[in-house]
Amino acid sequence: MKRALTYRLSIIAFLLPALILFVGILIAPIIMSVIYSMHDFKAISGADMNYVGFKNYVELFSREMVNEKGAFFTNVNYMGDALVNALILGALSVFIQLPLALLIALKLSKGIRGERAYLSIFFMPVLISTVIIGQLWKNIYEPDGLLNNALGALGVKDQLFSWISSHIYSTKMPFKGAWTGYKETALIAAFIPILWQYVGYHMLLMYAGIKGVPTDLLEAAQLDGCTEGQVNRHIIIPYIKPILRVCVIFAVTGSLKSFDLIYTLMNDTRRAELPSTLMYKLTFLNNRYGLGSAIAVVLIILCFAFALLISLAFKDRGEKVA
Amino acid sequence: MMEHRKLKASTVIVHLLLIVLVLINLFPLYWMMTFSLKDNDEIFGGYLKDDAGTIIYDEDGQKIPVERNMIGLPRNWRWINYNRALNTGNMGRYFLNSLVVSVMAILLTLLAAFMATYAMTRMVWKGRKMMNKFFMLGLTIPIHAALVPVFLILSRLKLLDTYTALIVPYAAFSLSMGILISIGFMGDIPYDLDEAAFLDGCNEWGTFGRVILPLMMPATATVGIYTFLQCWNELLFATIFVSKGEFVTLPVGVKQLVGQHTTDWGPVGAALAIATIPTMIVYILLSRRIQEGFIAGAVKG
Repeated sequence: MKRALTYRLSIIAFLLPALILFVGILIAPIIMSVIYSMHDFKAISGADMNYVGFKNYVELFSREMVNEKGAFFTNVNYMGDALVNALILGALSVFIQLPLALLIALKLSKGIRGERAYLSIFFMPVLISTVIIGQLWKNIYEPDGLLNNALGALGVKDQLFSWISSHIYSTKMPFKGAWTGYKETALIAAFIPILWQYVGYHMLLMYAGIKGVPTDLLEAAQLDGCTEGQVNRHIIIPYIKPILRVCVIFAVTGSLKSFDLIYTLMNDTRRAELPSTLMYKLTFLNNRYGLGSAIAVVLIILCFAFALLISLAFKDRGEKVA
Repeated sequence: MMEHRKLKASTVIVHLLLIVLVLINLFPLYWMMTFSLKDNDEIFGGYLKDDAGTIIYDEDGQKIPVERNMIGLPRNWRWINYNRALNTGNMGRYFLNSLVVSVMAILLTLLAAFMATYAMTRMVWKGRKMMNKFFMLGLTIPIHAALVPVFLILSRLKLLDTYTALIVPYAAFSLSMGILISIGFMGDIPYDLDEAAFLDGCNEWGTFGRVILPLMMPATATVGIYTFLQCWNELLFATIFVSKGEFVTLPVGVKQLVGQHTTDWGPVGAALAIATIPTMIVYILLSRRIQEGFIAGAVKG
């Protein structure tokens, strides 16, 4: 009896450090965020906390947000825009980045000479801090930076700029090469470094998955006279579906959570506002803790919802194939 | 014969495409290294200056024009940029801070993850599966969930701008993956060993410390590398919890340095290079293990 009790106590003791960390930093804050999101307060002590119900959520998706100096962010639905921007980034990742990664992973995994070296080089940018990548690409996009100089050297700069001025820009100002300075180009300008940094990450996961396909399966297919394309389509891709699912979830939830790149790449994040950059500004530059918490709650819900939806989508298709 | 030649041609094309991709991958880094050793006059074109920034005149008292050299190798290697980044920019201090925070977060993650994994895989009790599922929720929870509450708690406890303000949240957000990886490794350790230890008179703590922990070395490496990469480059927590003072970590430090020298590309490039090179060296030495860490995390998640 005494033995059973000490056994129980030691179970609790073994779990305790993890539980304190996990509940203290992840679970309790979620509950607190939900509570905060229904209050309005600007003092760190929370002394001026006012229950306001869902007013923060309404304000978040309205066209006017308020700080202590009165209205700021008028006439634009910033949270709506931020979510749309995040979803555009997610869609670009899923439909451009992942296919590219898959294509290269399929080629590399078929025993090309130096495949490991290629893989290691492609994966390398994942390890570089996004602050550094953001700053590097900022220098590339500068009006007198690398990109515009390269376009000038190729002799296409003037035509391209005037084409952008007349076809893409909604403002009357002519485009002068400030890629991250205008809404119409800023999001694409932000996507390219993301593509550059993370294509190797997805490629590595897919490569590892393809290497896990049983060789007898591949040999049998070859004996049956399958072409490389047929093997890819009917054996490899269905086999690595669980990995593809993880990649899609990472790409979409990663875009929803993304902060670092836009924050370092742009002086004014309004050109490509994301939920995180908006949350940062509202919470820590304007002390709207309730409003910031509302964004956090929206993000938590969306991350879980997308993870679930994507898993369901993959399950359905998997069953059809089988 | 024909088919053999055709095959070769396609292989060459694949290699050419891959090499183009490699160049695209490496070019920004090469470019960073080159402009970290130049001054603005060399990058954009201007007049020759010495390291202190004073214009150099020729014998006739004329300024010496410098041709614009944006992407080429530096003509005049200005190592002084690195001195500036290290001395006035405090890069050495930021580097040390990042190291302390990452190492402490790794130790905390390992301790908490191994202990919890032991309780959930090698001790018998009702609800251990549920407990595991509970911890796995952490894989999907975005760090934004913790941002406002943890910020408010830290500032009330006067813990903002300390190492603790980052170590504890980093460990907490690495924990779920740590447990996930540990469960895989600990499951591979034969259960006979527990019984043998028990017969030798070890209780749970003895078994954990003397039998299981020594066999968890491979997991230590994988969890450690995963946690390190999570902490080393983290920006959002770091910007908000340790925004000023002596405990600023590398990403925030680089961001601040860049903010002070926006127009001066040389020292900015040097700071970026100083922050990048150690990671690259570690990657070259441990590339296989680092890649395995990422794969383990994703495949099981």
